[in-house]
Amino acid sequence: MSVELTGAEITIRCLQEEGVHCIFGYPGGAVLFIYDELFKQDKVRHILVRHEQAAIHAADGYARSSNKVGVALVTSGPGVTNAVTGIATAYMDSIPLVVISGQVPTSAIGLDAFQEVDTVGITRPCVKHNFLVKDVTELAQTIKKAFYIASTGRPGPVLVDIPKDVSQQKTKFAYPDKITMRSYNPVTKGHSRQIKKAAELILSAKRPVIYAGGGVILSDAAPQLTELVQMLNFPCTNTLMGLGGYPATDKQSLGMLGMHGTYEANMAMQYCDVLVAVGARFDDRVIGNPKHFSNENRKIIHIDIDPSSISKRVKVDVPIVGDVLDVLKELIKLLKAGKEKPDQTALKEWWKQIELWRERDCLKYDRESKIIKPQMVIEKLFSITKGDAFITSDVGQHQMWAAQFYKFDKPRRWINSGGLGTMGFGMPAAMGVQLANPKGKVACITGEASIQMCIQELSTCKQYKLPLKIINLNNRYMGMVRQWQEFFHGNRYAESYMNALPDFVKLAESYGHVGMKIERPEDVESALKEAFKLKDQLVFMDFITDQTENVFPMVPGGKGLSEMILV
Amino acid sequence: MENEAGALSRVAGLFSARGYNIESLTVAPTEDPTLSRMTLVTIGSDEVVEQVTKQLNKLIEVVKIIDLNEGNHIERELMLVKVRAIGSDREEIKRLVEIFRGCIVDVTDKSYTIELTGTSSKLDAFLEAVERNAVLETVRTGASGIGRGEWILKV
Repeated sequence: MSVELTGAEITIRCLQEEGVHCIFGYPGGAVLFIYDELFKQDKVRHILVRHEQAAIHAADGYARSSNKVGVALVTSGPGVTNAVTGIATAYMDSIPLVVISGQVPTSAIGLDAFQEVDTVGITRPCVKHNFLVKDVTELAQTIKKAFYIASTGRPGPVLVDIPKDVSQQKTKFAYPDKITMRSYNPVTKGHSRQIKKAAELILSAKRPVIYAGGGVILSDAAPQLTELVQMLNFPCTNTLMGLGGYPATDKQSLGMLGMHGTYEANMAMQYCDVLVAVGARFDDRVIGNPKHFSNENRKIIHIDIDPSSISKRVKVDVPIVGDVLDVLKELIKLLKAGKEKPDQTALKEWWKQIELWRERDCLKYDRESKIIKPQMVIEKLFSITKGDAFITSDVGQHQMWAAQFYKFDKPRRWINSGGLGTMGFGMPAAMGVQLANPKGKVACITGEASIQMCIQELSTCKQYKLPLKIINLNNRYMGMVRQWQEFFHGNRYAESYMNALPDFVKLAESYGHVGMKIERPEDVESALKEAFKLKDQLVFMDFITDQTENVFPMVPGGKGLSEMILV
Repeated sequence: MENEAGALSRVAGLFSARGYNIESLTVAPTEDPTLSRMTLVTIGSDEVVEQVTKQLNKLIEVVKIIDLNEGNHIERELMLVKVRAIGSDREEIKRLVEIFRGCIVDVTDKSYTIELTGTSSKLDAFLEAVERNAVLETVRTGASGIGRGEWILKV
């Protein structure tokens, strides 16, 4: 026990103790000692990305698809600033990450040293917490704290900044089994009286809706949510972050709600009398204008682990602070124990109304089109993968179509940047997903604009033989920007046309992958089938799609949920 | 809050990032040197103050937070003020300092430096009472607060 280890050794030992099998990173001066220790062992595998942003997105995809803490390792200065976009992405979507960054030696901090930035300062607003370790004797404890904070309560990224001299200094190593912090004690169990109130309100509902968000996914509560929805025969709508929390192919699913949600989901949300919000936060892309939303009277139950998410944008009647999984279990137990059932006649009427809204067929599009419709590509992808693939996406129209047309029945299958809306997220995230699920089918739905923001990762995919299927919906525009310009800026397409695109087939081939260009609707299905047959290879599918297609329904910014633009 | 480097900037950063106002802020270590106590004065509607409280609670280094306005409390601020004091003004200012229960802590033949403690409005009142162009320099700490009675804020 008296053997002393260097800070670098301790760092790696801590990762091993945490059961980390795979980290993503990029070496540099300040982390050389840590890389040296990585080199000497084989328990923790390191994936070398081509840009630090991708390291964080990959760790993020790894975490989202596996419910483990994602880990990334970057150097000081530009290593950190490149990572910031990834960290902010994870922060907005509450993804547990531990980011280890190198820092200049403690003696050089504050002296504008080479590759020095104030890492703790730069990342402070976009991490759950961060640490600068100035003393090697505090390193193990700090890393333990980082994993604990990242993965408990409302999860989030935690950064540990390690100066180069600290990684070199020696101390005795003992990894703490447990950590307690007087200033951090996240609540998990919901208040029983509040849960009882919620149960009473649920039983009194005549026009109920269950509105489920990313919290259901994060707390692994999809089975409980499904049980609750089905035992009550209530309609359920999922947010962009919550897709897969309730099976989308089930008849009680109203699909996604919000700015590009279905007509039936948004109408039900607006006109319900009891709303059960589960791990969701009423954000601006979900409820539209909060004033318009509050025009209708409804009682709201809100289950969330983060008290600051409750009554932030919408006043709620029954707040329940707690882990979604715990609270749902309690709620189900209570409802089962009681004899009362919801008013079946009223529910029948409500479902009748919902069916009328459904008949509006809000997701219809021209299926006879001679040009490839992006929606059709996703529908085919869904049927060919039997709905069982991991789908990552970038940000824009393709993301919304993926959310609308790929019917997620399972949690942790839909990986996207919902909060921050980070273009460039899709492919690196897919790398992390594939590494966490080596046997899984992983597809990245993207567009020609987004994919170019992290295109360099095609090289990483080659190095580690990651057989991703890239579905590039190529409409030669930043589609969502173009759509807003068409609707709200008089068709003036300022800088949204993607000129001088590369030949994606040749590009993929130059990285050693398979490229395909698909230009006719009748070729879509066979191309997808062929691509998925190439089990060991990354296939870049460049679908040349309709340039004028728009995402419908759409709730314009500042409008109410029921004020949708429909096709 | 934990007496750690960077804790203050987390609080200050939270206020600027979320668009809340800091009217004043005082902070110093407590009798337990691992803890600092901060008194922060902000103005906002009940909803805003509720959000501020919740957001502050989320900061890992914040151990406990109370809204002193929810009960009776004592609030004090310290001000050091340098005033011009020449001729007959010297007596007049001395009397004023007595009335406000302050004390003169430094003297030159042209000026007094006065120490004054009280609620922020008392300090304002003193400055009003002194002739405006007699005030040469002021420094104020911002309010520190503590609850009345036997109830204590303890970790």
